[in-house]
Amino acid sequence: MAEDDIPNEAHGTEEHAAEHGAAVHHHGPPTSFIRKYVFSIDHKVIGIQYLLLALFSVFLGMLMSIMMRMNMTWPGHSWWLLAKLFPTGAPGGVMSPEFYLSLVTMHGTMMVFFVLTTAPQGGFGNYFLPIQIGAEDMAFPVLNMLSFWVTFLGLAVLVSAIFAAGNGVIGPTGGWTAYPPLSAIGDVLNVPGQGMGMNLWIISIALFCGGSLLGALNFITTLLNLRTRGMSLMRMPLTCWAWFTTAVLALLAFPVLLAAGVLLFLDKNLGTSFFVPAGLSTGTTVIDHAGGSPIMWQHLFWFFGHPEVYIAILPGMGATSHILSTFARKPVFGYRAMVFALFAIGLLGFFVWGHHMFISGMSPYTGMAFSVLTLSIGVPSAIKTFNWLGTLWGGRIRFKTPMLFAIGFVSLFVAGGITGLVLGQTTLDLSMHDTYFVLAHFHLVMGVAAIFGMFAGMYFWFPKMFGRMMNETLGRIHFWPTIIGVYCIFIPMHVMGIVGMPRRYSQFYEIVNGQVQMIYNFNRPTVPLIHFVTWAAIITVSAQVIFIFNFFWSMFKGQKATDNPWEATTLEWTTATPPPHDNFGGRVPTVYRGAYEFSVPGAPDDFVMQTTPDETEANIVTTAGTHAVQGKGDGHNGHG
Amino acid sequence: MGRALAVFIWVMTILSVWMFVSGRWWFPVAISEHGPAYDRQFFLTIMVVGIAFAAAQVALGYAVWRFRDTGGGVRAVYTHGSNRLEMIWTVVTAIIFITLALLGQRVWFSLHMQPAPAGAAQVRVLAQQFQWNFQYAGADGKFGHTDPRKISDESLNYVGLDDTDPAAKDDVVVQTLVTEVNRPVELILMSRDVTHSFWVPQLRYKQDAVPGLEIPIHFTPNQKGRYEIACAELCGQQHYKMRSYMLILPADEYDSLMALPQAQFQARISELYKKYPVPTY
Repeated sequence: MAEDDIPNEAHGTEEHAAEHGAAVHHHGPPTSFIRKYVFSIDHKVIGIQYLLLALFSVFLGMLMSIMMRMNMTWPGHSWWLLAKLFPTGAPGGVMSPEFYLSLVTMHGTMMVFFVLTTAPQGGFGNYFLPIQIGAEDMAFPVLNMLSFWVTFLGLAVLVSAIFAAGNGVIGPTGGWTAYPPLSAIGDVLNVPGQGMGMNLWIISIALFCGGSLLGALNFITTLLNLRTRGMSLMRMPLTCWAWFTTAVLALLAFPVLLAAGVLLFLDKNLGTSFFVPAGLSTGTTVIDHAGGSPIMWQHLFWFFGHPEVYIAILPGMGATSHILSTFARKPVFGYRAMVFALFAIGLLGFFVWGHHMFISGMSPYTGMAFSVLTLSIGVPSAIKTFNWLGTLWGGRIRFKTPMLFAIGFVSLFVAGGITGLVLGQTTLDLSMHDTYFVLAHFHLVMGVAAIFGMFAGMYFWFPKMFGRMMNETLGRIHFWPTIIGVYCIFIPMHVMGIVGMPRRYSQFYEIVNGQVQMIYNFNRPTVPLIHFVTWAAIITVSAQVIFIFNFFWSMFKGQKATDNPWEATTLEWTTATPPPHDNFGGRVPTVYRGAYEFSVPGAPDDFVMQTTPDETEANIVTTAGTHAVQGKGDGHNGHG
Repeated sequence: MGRALAVFIWVMTILSVWMFVSGRWWFPVAISEHGPAYDRQFFLTIMVVGIAFAAAQVALGYAVWRFRDTGGGVRAVYTHGSNRLEMIWTVVTAIIFITLALLGQRVWFSLHMQPAPAGAAQVRVLAQQFQWNFQYAGADGKFGHTDPRKISDESLNYVGLDDTDPAAKDDVVVQTLVTEVNRPVELILMSRDVTHSFWVPQLRYKQDAVPGLEIPIHFTPNQKGRYEIACAELCGQQHYKMRSYMLILPADEYDSLMALPQAQFQARISELYKKYPVPTY
């Protein structure tokens, strides 16, 4: 094991280091505006581009969720603004069911792909993975630029669906899972949005897959090949492990979605029948397809879709581990277990996709196997939670805004993740599948928890990225309504699901002469909760304005940041703020210890930088050309 | 700040648990034979989930309160972990989770791994946008042949019943699912356009109706009455009101209804609707 831990650079001689430098630093700082800020090949600029793309998408996605909430809470109400903006989709300001469904689809697609997949990995990962491992850039800077711009194009195509979908909708209406036959022959069945809107959706997702693949290749290569001297694998920050695992998942998952998307496009436009069986009818004529299987799409989609959940959450886990340790002033508890748990989650994540399909008509035997595997994935998730608690235990916690959000992440991850024990059981899915219980589960765990990971990361790394601190008071004012709000939104959705409330319904009651008239009587107990959740959502979304203000205000007016404002240990805090074009100003950092050496007894400060030489280790590295990885803080668990 | 956060986490935990135990928001009463077993498994699971949730949140709140930095230059405990603790919590959670997973297969197994009991009534179910069609075999006990080419919504032949087939003569197709109390029923679920999902909350049963597949399911309703059938798989713009009803009738009412031809069958259902109102909640 120790042998595997040694990166090539660790054997490094000066000559090797120079060669290494030359190989990577093949682009000088650009001078023109376009090369510097638009078509940049600097991973730091690209990281910020990804973050801005996600910021745009997340606000669009949130706006859509508020529109959905308002429609289901006050169905039939005429909204003045809606009437002005969407005269066909909302005639007289009253939202049509198909308009609602296009919101469902666009909200899901925006959030899952262009927020949860871009910001944590493409954004923070792009910016900080190279710096944290001591590299000057990504392994393939041009590929990196391409991956962003292909993703951007994907977003542009998706946004264009808002205008081009037609039929008074703002996108396809089949949900972000795009199940055929609804997606493949929806237009034949006169379902609005399933014509041009659906085509644009497929193209957008295909582009996104391409962009993500390029990014994943880049991350993996960079992490494996460009670690600086002394940065053995087990000395890496857990953020790097998380980004690496995520990249492996993306590399294996996105091609499957890409292939499925191509097949769906062929079915839809060129008359093939991969997903459409024979003998379907419009009610007047038989539809001209034969031989396909709708369930095959579900297999392909969820083979991607389940790892995608981990693509969204793993970087948040990494950031949380990193931030908890930094602000508890304590090494990560069970570093090695944390790495193995990440890998276990990633690996098991590929064997559980069938739990989305228990009631799909898939063989019930298969369902049972998937069920047991699904609950097994709770074990590494629990390991992570225990170790986060272990990291806090005995710490000296500093409650800065990044730490508040990181603790919020742990709380939300537990709250959202643990209901997987319910949904992972075949039996319980007989009632819970496709209810608000599912909505509550995945929004808490992969939506809100992942977003908290991003907020934590943003408050934490903002000073490094922009050279100024985010305002601490505003950060706290942002934190409180956000965490209270998300719990008020999503905890009630669990019990709504137990009552039986189905997902993706544009409304649950009509208002006739001021009286609530249920469409389904069994939903009646949920009516007060529907109102409560909507108000909670409106307040929570409004509170995000505080973040936006803080973000842009601090960028220009914030307090100037020092190089290491949080007294953290990893390499990004050893360089200038913001880092120079080549990250370390021509220097090649040498790493002497693990990433989380806080409160080391006898050390002058309560943190020891990874680059702080240790008398004996430094000698060994420079003289013998080998190294001493077995020192303190290499992630080996201590004694019991 | 640390203490405020701890208090928030505890209060949130109490309120969350309250939502689940208040009794205001729970399953409607089960009306199927497997319902109580389902409810027991759910209760067991939600207990485990609730205890783990509360324990983790309380511990998190405690750590946040207890280990806040109170100044004075005292350092944190310097430790990289404990293999023994890792071992303990890995094994304990693995045992609990796997046990839960295995217990969670029992009802599923009894429903899906065994054929419908002898004497089960058969109903063919053809879902379409946005309507459920239930086909009954009639007096001859044989389902008439259906053909998608014969489907015509205009002439109300939603399932494409082939009128040249003698077995089709006495078949009845209505938008109501009629079952007999305490008698197993087997549904053959199909769809003629997109994927739908058969869902009756009180039954504790949900199953997709997939184009191109015939999916047999069986269950035994054990409470008289009328219950709502909802669609649980997004199927288009009217998905939210793709509603039908399920009637569970005593044997005499069931038998006399089943002896009726199409026109009177429909009329009798309307009468039964009046007799059995949908339960209010």
